[in-house]
Amino acid sequence: MLKIWSMKQEQQKSEAAAGQTKKKKVTAAQLRVQKDLGELALGSTMKTHFPNADDILNFTLTLTPDEGLYKGGVFNFTFAIPSTFPHEPPKVKCKEKIYHPNIDLEGNVCLNILREDWKPVLNLNAVIVGLQFLFLEPNASDPLNKEAAADLQTDRDRFKRNVRSSMSGGSVKGETFDRVMK
Amino acid sequence: MDRLLSRPGGFTEDEYEPGAIPISNIENFRVLVIGAGGLGCEILKNLALSGFRKIDVIDMDTIDVSNLNRQFLFREKDVGKPKATVAAEFVSRRVPSCKINAYVGKIQDKDEDYYMQFNIIICGLDSIEARRWINATLVGMIDMGNPDSLKPLIDGGTEGFKGQSRVILPTMTSCIECQLDMHAPRAAVPLCTLATIPRQPQHCIEWAHIIKWEEDRKDIPLDTDDPEHITWLYQKALLRAQEFGIQGVTYSLTQGVVKNIIPAIASTNAIIAASCCNEAFKLATSSAPFLGAPGTNNYMQYTGDSGVYTYTFEHEQNPACPVCGNLPRDLTINPDTTLQELVDSFAERPESQLKKPNMRTEEKTLYYSAPESLRMQTEGNLKRKLSELLADGEEMAVSDPAFAIDFRYKVRFS
Repeated sequence: MLKIWSMKQEQQKSEAAAGQTKKKKVTAAQLRVQKDLGELALGSTMKTHFPNADDILNFTLTLTPDEGLYKGGVFNFTFAIPSTFPHEPPKVKCKEKIYHPNIDLEGNVCLNILREDWKPVLNLNAVIVGLQFLFLEPNASDPLNKEAAADLQTDRDRFKRNVRSSMSGGSVKGETFDRVMK
Repeated sequence: MDRLLSRPGGFTEDEYEPGAIPISNIENFRVLVIGAGGLGCEILKNLALSGFRKIDVIDMDTIDVSNLNRQFLFREKDVGKPKATVAAEFVSRRVPSCKINAYVGKIQDKDEDYYMQFNIIICGLDSIEARRWINATLVGMIDMGNPDSLKPLIDGGTEGFKGQSRVILPTMTSCIECQLDMHAPRAAVPLCTLATIPRQPQHCIEWAHIIKWEEDRKDIPLDTDDPEHITWLYQKALLRAQEFGIQGVTYSLTQGVVKNIIPAIASTNAIIAASCCNEAFKLATSSAPFLGAPGTNNYMQYTGDSGVYTYTFEHEQNPACPVCGNLPRDLTINPDTTLQELVDSFAERPESQLKKPNMRTEEKTLYYSAPESLRMQTEGNLKRKLSELLADGEEMAVSDPAFAIDFRYKVRFS
């Protein structure tokens, strides 16, 4: 055991001194999220909101698509980042009840990189771009809301009408949606 | 054992003195075993039979009937009792010269003073989370003024027929965090498959677990140890399976999927625990070269499902490791300096030249240049004095999009 310490002292000579840490250290997840937040490319259609500025692991992303079928809507997503991040993906949920083939009525989001295709090299920006894409190109072949997907696949015009009426708080096939218009 | 330690071997160092020193080392060495499950039982038994006498064990779990086939320190009458206590009592009874202290609880309950008592730490864990925590704690304990602050960490892990043992000398060799990419993530099924076209009984169970529970019982937190909860999931999964004509949903499969149970193989645990204890023995006695000396192999992989295969290699330290690479440097500064002045000085410091810094302590977001909402929430801090924002000796992490690595500083008030 003593021999290990002499090896450690050898190593230390060739490194910058690192004193002792008694105070709490910034956690690995915080470090990574801090870095990711600094690199977000939000553009004009996205905004973040941190209920507690000191807690960067929990925030809301507001998406306001400026093109596509969901143009004019305001969609809020909660991000809950686990302490195991980036080993595990952030947990993302849509706060509003919306009519979308890839988002169910509980707000669960079907986005491959939020689950089966998550890799630690991916960052928060990739997730945000993925969410934005879901509003530009709803995907009928990967449905979470089967009825919305069926509408999109069989009758695009009806799907469009359903999107518009659901966004203004109307109901589609007996299901009432939240009003999300600006 | 004394016989083995009373003579030099072919690989012992020139300065090795066989006899009294290694023998007393093994008797006085304090070993902490984290986990008293499949690996933990094997490790405790091996340590006691190898002559270690001062052992502590931590585990937060209680004994389940399904543990009894391989966690051989437990009997049917022990079901429901804490693993750590029962294991400690069993081994102390069989090997009276060995004193084992048990602690029932989480490793996070204990502080650095607690971990400082031990000479070596052996993990027999099933969670990445706990491994990362103990790893970061041991790295943070290193104090150049105190040789005893370096605690070798031996980590065993098994999954079915596969396993690994590795030795980590915190800050000196590749740590758990450096090796995080060696963990294969759990295979997940796409949410849409669960929601629309389940093909396997597991899909039906995951659907009940992830989607149906949220729909019907949103307000009740799921407790995977509560039989009523598992029964509920099982029944929902069964209905779904019938709807899609899928066979094979059972109560025990439901339990397995929901709790992510991987079948444990007793002999894999025995092999990995033996390797871990072998390394502990060599570290304690210097009687033979150990796994994990700097610049040598530190990682042994074992595969037993097709023949018997082991591969031992050196996993190199990651210079950008958020835990052991890039250790914090001291930053001595006047406590009356404002945060704005510090940010300005970062822009000028040759090693950083930060343009858009984001900076925080563990507790507090000091100042973020981006995203905009956080910038607005934190810009008020710029006018404040450092003494109002952080404590002497506290760690501050600074990152900037221009740099791949983070800068970590230990702030010392002058």
